[in-house]
Amino acid sequence: MNAGQLIREAFRSLFANKLRSLLTILGIVIGVASVIAMVSLGRGVQGSLNSQFAGMGSSLLNVMPMPNPTIPNPQPLTLGDIEALSNPYNVSAVSGVAASLSQAGLAGYGSRESSVTIFGVTANYTTMNGYKLIEGRFLSEEDVLGQGTVAVLGSQTARKLFDRQRGIVGEVIRLQGQPYRVVGVLETRGSATFGLSAGDGSILVPLSTAQTRLLPQPVRDQVAQIDVLISHPDALDEATEQIKQVLRVRHETPVGVEDFYVFAPKQLLDSLNQMTNVLTIFLGGVAAISLLVGGIGIMNIMLVSVTERTREIGLRKALGASRRDILLQFLAESIVLSLVGGLLGILAGWLIGIGINMVAQSSGSDLTITMNFSAVLLATAFSSAIGIFFGFYPANRAANLTPVEALRSE
Amino acid sequence: MELESTQEWVVQAHDLTKVYRMGDQKVYALAGVSVGIAPSEVVAIMGPSGSGKSTLMNILGCLDRPTSGEYSLDGEPVSKLRDERLARIRNRKVGFVFQSFNLLTRHTALENVELPMRYAGQVKGSRERARAALEAVGLGDRTGHRPTELSGGQQQRVAIARALVNDPAILMADEPTGALDSRSGREVMELLLKMNTERGTTLILVTHDANVASYARRTIHLRDGQVVEEGVQ
Repeated sequence: MNAGQLIREAFRSLFANKLRSLLTILGIVIGVASVIAMVSLGRGVQGSLNSQFAGMGSSLLNVMPMPNPTIPNPQPLTLGDIEALSNPYNVSAVSGVAASLSQAGLAGYGSRESSVTIFGVTANYTTMNGYKLIEGRFLSEEDVLGQGTVAVLGSQTARKLFDRQRGIVGEVIRLQGQPYRVVGVLETRGSATFGLSAGDGSILVPLSTAQTRLLPQPVRDQVAQIDVLISHPDALDEATEQIKQVLRVRHETPVGVEDFYVFAPKQLLDSLNQMTNVLTIFLGGVAAISLLVGGIGIMNIMLVSVTERTREIGLRKALGASRRDILLQFLAESIVLSLVGGLLGILAGWLIGIGINMVAQSSGSDLTITMNFSAVLLATAFSSAIGIFFGFYPANRAANLTPVEALRSE
Repeated sequence: MELESTQEWVVQAHDLTKVYRMGDQKVYALAGVSVGIAPSEVVAIMGPSGSGKSTLMNILGCLDRPTSGEYSLDGEPVSKLRDERLARIRNRKVGFVFQSFNLLTRHTALENVELPMRYAGQVKGSRERARAALEAVGLGDRTGHRPTELSGGQQQRVAIARALVNDPAILMADEPTGALDSRSGREVMELLLKMNTERGTTLILVTHDANVASYARRTIHLRDGQVVEEGVQ
């Protein structure tokens, strides 16, 4: 018999017991669907985490002051610190240093008002953090040096104040009651920033302007956060140590205590990724158990089928079917069962993914589950492997029947 | 009986035994049976149940191997062949007709007849040959019917077509009329004899029905695993 005939015969005998076949493949359908749904869910969570962290940059370090009760006079971060960190003799892999101050505030245009986060930033802040413009320009060195009353709007802020995101450059808005001219509008980043960088609902102004005009108590040269861009992600650990070294000396803190904190978003992302990976494998593994149970179901039904059809097996052997012919016949049936189950399972898993996406969207989460090709491949391979594995024993049993005994059975 | 090697036998069995173990006891289903059947011959094997006639049929039909003894089918020694070779011999050289027809119920008459050719690995022209075989048994207009849509006599004709489609050397009919009424039984027997005359296929009837055996020119009587009587009509 050739492969086409084998598969046709398999379908024919499975169709003869429709309900039984359907119930048998249900186990595989559920197993494959849950494996795919779980793996896709895991990947989706990971993808949404990654996109949220993407805005932070993978080779960026955030330095923030951290009050420490054991230090009598904690030092703030200053412009002097920035200068020291910019020096490649101090931090060997440094490729840029930006600084920012942030402050909740009120922005207004005409009769509209909106609460925003005001970020006072250095001129290189936007390029270093990878912001992009819809229109206009970023803040310039001149703006910072001259304490210019200019502002760059986050996309959400622009929408709140103007109902649009274009044609805003040149407009004058109120910030804490003072007039500022809009010079640029940022593209939507969409990702959570955890306050570590300016989000879509912020307004960016020159650092000097923020220090002197927008803070409740003006500060001369203090900043709230220093961002250090490292030339290569591999140098993150070394750079972290060097930054700590420089600041400890400058802040004159005792050995082992620090009044600042160096945070690496990439490390957080890495450990989160690791966690979701473990979770995905765990969930996939639990789902795979149901696949295993489905496989046992196939084996069980194939054993019943072999017993029921002993006489048919005997007849086929009398007509000249070899051991191999019978083996392949029953193996084909179990493989068809598990493959059809696998395909339906993929479909069901895909539908579950769509369902989760719809729930996620309606609840405002940016979780998107994409059908994972490798999961589909894996599920298909796994379910056909289950067909072969669990089908082999019953098929072998059928093949090993002697024709005389098989023909004698009723 | 003396087997002369000079004569052409299609079935040539010498001193066949078949021993089953029942606990410590040895049971001889066949206790030294020698049989020679010439090409185109019609032979009936008769005997009461337990006489060993089914065992002999199984061995002659290559469904089983003798415990000892020699057996050549169509010039080929088969008593020591392995399962796979034996399956090929059954496929090419033996046609079976069973009491209960043994058709595949989900397959049409045509597909049932095609089955032996599939196991022979023959794809080309198998459909046409199956159709011709059904026409030869008078069922050319029933090719698309399933066994459940056919009468008992018709089903047995399909089985005969299936048995003959690979042009076997011998046709083994095990109580071929046992499940049929007397009229269809007679028709089936006439068909079997017709095939024997037209094609020259050796016909071996295994039966306890004297009526069926009467169609044979030679009858071999078995009892307790031994040939007790051979009669030529």
